[in-house]
Amino acid sequence: MILSAVLQPDNTMSRHQQRTPFKLPQNVVEVKSKFDAEYRRFALKRSGAGSFQEFYRLLQSVHHIPGTDLMLGYADIHGDLLPINNDDNFQKAVSSANPLLRIILTRKEDEPIVFATNSLQRRKKGLGLTGLRPNASGSTHQKNKPGLMIGLPQDFRQISSIIDVDILPESHRRVRLHKHGTRKPLGFYIRDGVSVRVTPQGVEKVPGVFISRLVRGGLAESTGLLGVNDEILEVNGIDVAGKSLDQVTDMMVANSHNLIVTVKPANQRNNVLPRGSKVSAGNASLGSGSTGSALSCDSPSPVSHSNPITASDSIAEGYSEEEDDDGDLIIENDNLSTYIPHNLHSSNNGNYSRDSLGRLGSVASSAPLAHSASMPSSFVTSTSDTSMTTVNQNGSPAHTASSSSQESMREDGNSITL
Amino acid sequence: MKRFRRHGQESQRDRLKQDLYQFNKTVEHGFPHQPSALGYSPSLQLLAIGTRSGAIKLYGAPGVEFMGLHDENAVVTRVHFLPFQLELVTLLDDNSLHMWTLRAHKGVSELLEIGRFTLTGPPGAPPSVTRVTSVLAHSSGELLLLGTEGGHVFVVEVPGFRELEERNISLDQVANSVPEDYIGRRNLEHVETLQENPVDPNQVVIGYGRGLMVVWDLEKHQAVQHIPATQQLESTWWTEDGGHILSSHSDGSYCRWTVGGQSSKDEEEKSDIPYGHFPCKAISKIVQLPTEEGPPFLLFSGGMPRASYGDRHCISVIHGKTHVALDFTSRIIDYFVIRDGPLHTGDPGALVVLVEEELVVIDLQTEGWPVIQTPYLVPLHSSAITCSHHVSAIPLKLWERLLAAGQLQITHYSPKPWPITGGQNLGQDPPQRDLLLTGHEDGTVRFWDASGVCLYPMYKLSTAGVFHTDADPNDNMNQCSEGEWPPFRKVGCFDPYSDDPRLGVQKIHLCKYSGYLTVAGTAGQILVLELNDEAAEQTVEAKIVDLLQGQEGFRWKGHTRLDVREEPVLFPPGFQPFALVQCQPPAVVTALTLHSEWKMVAFGTSHGFGLYDYQQKNSVLVKCTLNPSDQLAMEGPLSRVKSIKKSLRQSFRRIRRSRVSLRKHHVTNAAKLQEANARLEAELAEMELAPVQRKIEARSSEDSFTGLVRTLYFADTFLSDSSHNSASLWAGTNGGSVFAYMIRMPSVEHRADEPITAHPAKEIQLMHRAPVVAIVVLDGHGSPLPEPLEVAHDLARSPDMQASHQLLVVSEEQFKIFTLPKVSAKMKLKLTALDGSRVRRVGVAWFGSSRTADAGESGLVVLTNQGDLNVVSLPSVKMQVQHPCIRREDVSGIASCVFTKHGQGFYLISPSEFERFSLSARNVVEPRSLVEVPANATAASKRRAAPDGASVLQEIQKSLEGEPT
Repeated sequence: MILSAVLQPDNTMSRHQQRTPFKLPQNVVEVKSKFDAEYRRFALKRSGAGSFQEFYRLLQSVHHIPGTDLMLGYADIHGDLLPINNDDNFQKAVSSANPLLRIILTRKEDEPIVFATNSLQRRKKGLGLTGLRPNASGSTHQKNKPGLMIGLPQDFRQISSIIDVDILPESHRRVRLHKHGTRKPLGFYIRDGVSVRVTPQGVEKVPGVFISRLVRGGLAESTGLLGVNDEILEVNGIDVAGKSLDQVTDMMVANSHNLIVTVKPANQRNNVLPRGSKVSAGNASLGSGSTGSALSCDSPSPVSHSNPITASDSIAEGYSEEEDDDGDLIIENDNLSTYIPHNLHSSNNGNYSRDSLGRLGSVASSAPLAHSASMPSSFVTSTSDTSMTTVNQNGSPAHTASSSSQESMREDGNSITL
Repeated sequence: MKRFRRHGQESQRDRLKQDLYQFNKTVEHGFPHQPSALGYSPSLQLLAIGTRSGAIKLYGAPGVEFMGLHDENAVVTRVHFLPFQLELVTLLDDNSLHMWTLRAHKGVSELLEIGRFTLTGPPGAPPSVTRVTSVLAHSSGELLLLGTEGGHVFVVEVPGFRELEERNISLDQVANSVPEDYIGRRNLEHVETLQENPVDPNQVVIGYGRGLMVVWDLEKHQAVQHIPATQQLESTWWTEDGGHILSSHSDGSYCRWTVGGQSSKDEEEKSDIPYGHFPCKAISKIVQLPTEEGPPFLLFSGGMPRASYGDRHCISVIHGKTHVALDFTSRIIDYFVIRDGPLHTGDPGALVVLVEEELVVIDLQTEGWPVIQTPYLVPLHSSAITCSHHVSAIPLKLWERLLAAGQLQITHYSPKPWPITGGQNLGQDPPQRDLLLTGHEDGTVRFWDASGVCLYPMYKLSTAGVFHTDADPNDNMNQCSEGEWPPFRKVGCFDPYSDDPRLGVQKIHLCKYSGYLTVAGTAGQILVLELNDEAAEQTVEAKIVDLLQGQEGFRWKGHTRLDVREEPVLFPPGFQPFALVQCQPPAVVTALTLHSEWKMVAFGTSHGFGLYDYQQKNSVLVKCTLNPSDQLAMEGPLSRVKSIKKSLRQSFRRIRRSRVSLRKHHVTNAAKLQEANARLEAELAEMELAPVQRKIEARSSEDSFTGLVRTLYFADTFLSDSSHNSASLWAGTNGGSVFAYMIRMPSVEHRADEPITAHPAKEIQLMHRAPVVAIVVLDGHGSPLPEPLEVAHDLARSPDMQASHQLLVVSEEQFKIFTLPKVSAKMKLKLTALDGSRVRRVGVAWFGSSRTADAGESGLVVLTNQGDLNVVSLPSVKMQVQHPCIRREDVSGIASCVFTKHGQGFYLISPSEFERFSLSARNVVEPRSLVEVPANATAASKRRAAPDGASVLQEIQKSLEGEPT
């Protein structure tokens, strides 16, 4: 495996310098690996990426940490942190790099990373490694840590779960769908209908909302937890009784990042029985993440056992507040003090922001060495690293794809906060 | 302890909420939708209008308004005031009669329904026997005569609705005495009209559909005279002196009959078909009124030559040698004449005509019979309303200039005061001057005085003059050629026909301090106008702004840009355009804002937004917000039409296919046909039963119209660091993006020549991608930044620039507060995720406390797609109150809603009516008025009615009014 690390200062110092965008050769993958507070940037041949073991050793040498036991993770295109621990998922990581492959290294003895939906973002926000059970409080999480390590395969990502089994009536099922991390659509339709309820006045017919159709290959279908004609009772803890179809639709769409629907399944034979029961519904749930692997049903979960909280609590506060869509993407041009010449014609003013953002991305990933003097100190450590060579595959000066896509903007830690 | 204290705070907060918020629907402005009946009380001087939806509205002097709604959702077909009383009777098309009264309560009158009644015929009689076709409120005030389809006349005592069976006039009684030679003796048809003799209240004329009229004596209970007209009867009119009866007929003729006891075989004295020779349409109502000196007034509606003018809606007025056919733009519902004098028996003063879309009042005493401008019931929709904008607390100076400009436009109106003056307006003078601006489809902007109960037209601005349109400017509808017959004269201002739909006004923004106005329209045109007291001739130069910014692969398939007039145009005093921006592609302008202090206008369409400096007449910034995959936005409105066409084609094909298959079966045999029919039926049933489905999918960036700019906002705030504030422009899109630009302004002395620059400063992509509907910057105290120039005019406290500012982004789903200058989420309020409703309209309002004069707080007024009104507190974004306001199916009502700065609002309840509501406990504009029976009217009723009748009447009145306190 031939590697050529290219020094890539991470800054926006020469933002208004005109540069011609280069095309990155298709066979080279840009790698940015992070260990503690240090970054390394280098390139990797896409075709001959080699084996996981080689890569592992390479990282150790690049970071000058030969003896340390490491756990490797990479950020996939959705911003999720996924593990690299064998040849297969290493290949997957290399092939999915777009255009940059972000590697995050942790010591084995550190707190284990939890690979899950949104885990990367949560790490960055410093919300702690809440991982699979965001509703778990800190203390219970500590307690359950070993359990996590044993039980769930780290290579998989959770896409759905049955929750609150112990507090719901047997005939109901509360299903959580994790939209993030899959390109799959949620994939179901709802309709109006009539439901029969038992009231103090006797049995009466009330309007209800039902699942009318599952999209083939969609998330809802692949979990196997929702079926056609299941009646929807709650959306993220809110009773849908008395709400119109459009209202329920809007509620679901608004909660689509973390959708928890409580249904009364039309088929009552596969019900999950409360704790202790040997009949497990886990088998009924098949799923697949973007890695093409299958999923899980964490019920009855130890957490919900140890925290017998009411439904409304766990949903209204536990889930929706914490792991929410706070991940608004904010781009700030803090360097406005560097005067941006405004001799642009009105006709190209509009492209301005786009251009500058694009430039920002490309500058970040491939500023020429000549400007290294103005690099911030945090990157001097990496650039002064002599083990890195600046020779590129093609022998041409450092270049990379000029990309204005969001992915590349997201990579730029300096100008973007996630 | 802690809990206890918190409880105390909460109850205090609740009390405060009661002082601040109170929800009321107060007044309906504009013209009632689909009026169906008109009534007038000369003694009360009140006008009543019934509508197809069962509403009844009373109007007197400006500010005196009452409104009632029948429980039945039926058409009001008749409205009759009981003479000299506070009661009125309505007839609905479900044949029920309703009694209403104006009851004084705590010094304010209110309209109340006090009784209802349905005629009951003899058992087994067909319903036509009791189907009411005409109503006469007898001048005694205690009798109601009801003519029915079966030809009977029922007599009912009012207001209690007691049937007086012995006084009923049955068809048989009448038919027996009909002269032998009268054709169709056996079939007189329904009772078309009932009319009382003006000099002898015991005599009424009963007009039957077939043409026969019978003068009936109520006292003697017998027919006095038969008038054997042979044409289908339309209406009758008993002349003032009681000597003649006029009858109008379906062939466009009218006849004049002499009434006299001596001869029962009176010939018609005079018959005429006014627009004759060729067949004419019916004369539906005829009125003749005498004058003190000179010839009488003859008025009749209809009667036009069928072939050439059968589609006109006319009322002809003939007075001596003057003959005018007033030509209305919509169907005539009814009309009446207001007469002078204390007893309303003098000369005709004004003709009041209710047509389907407006109320027109014509001054009959001024030369040329000009129109009197109405202080209420104004047709808001004279051209369809496309947008509205409310400006609170207008400075007196601007108000006067606007009034002056408006005065110059209404020169053709009569100088006479409004003739309907009933009731006393007890409402206080409005605390401030408010303007409501409505944009219309024909490119006009109308300015309404919205301070009080009456929405009064102040000024009308037309933007069409700037552009070349198809309409010929010399095409004056009022000009009539010499010698035309009938002598038409166009009246009324309802004119729903737009010359060019591209002229339609979509967004308006007025700066009340500087008198700058910006108006944006359907074809991407943005006009900047300035108030000028003098007429001026000037050329308006257009600046074309390309919002696509070189985005490739898109083709605009919608309408073209408007063609700008290159020669100078003469603009009358008022708002005169001086700058014009035209967007390319010329899509509808979806967001617009004006900053008069910085002299800049920001505008947005579905493709992007721009910033224009109207002092230097230069474009400062253009930003394309398009997503390359957003094909729909690019192709313009036409592509949608195509898809409709496509779907239509598909459905036609499906129908044809099913027919074809049906036919195939038909050839084989009948059994198979039946089978096919059954299958088709099943198919149809299935089609109908197929439930409405909704897809559940997270919003992705590929959705259509993500680039559509929803809101634009100027703010002077901290964008780069917390020590230097600067001018900024904020834009929010349909795709949940917020763009912030820092504007670098040159110093004041170089403002005219140094260019203004704008740099991108921030960009926020909301993760939930819901459309951004509003952006507000809150100052250090957490209150919204004041409007431009507000501080300079000492009308607002200057914003707190010490503490850090906050940014409020309102998306359709959430209210979210971010810190500034470093943007990070601080708090939020979720709406959609919790109850499934979405924000449709939002406004910032100041809620004054009703208890303490200067206490109050700012809040966010929100209207959701469920039609609920919410108040959200600032800066803590907490839901304060929620009130259902508009039906959620009423999409146009929700879309038309506009909020004032003081917690009130308006929305369209029909194309022609604004409902006004108030969320504030302090600022409530509602009608307060008192109506009493005038003393002279009581005297007159005494004179006319039987003595004991009058005392009964007064007693009833007393009992109804209750003790006035």
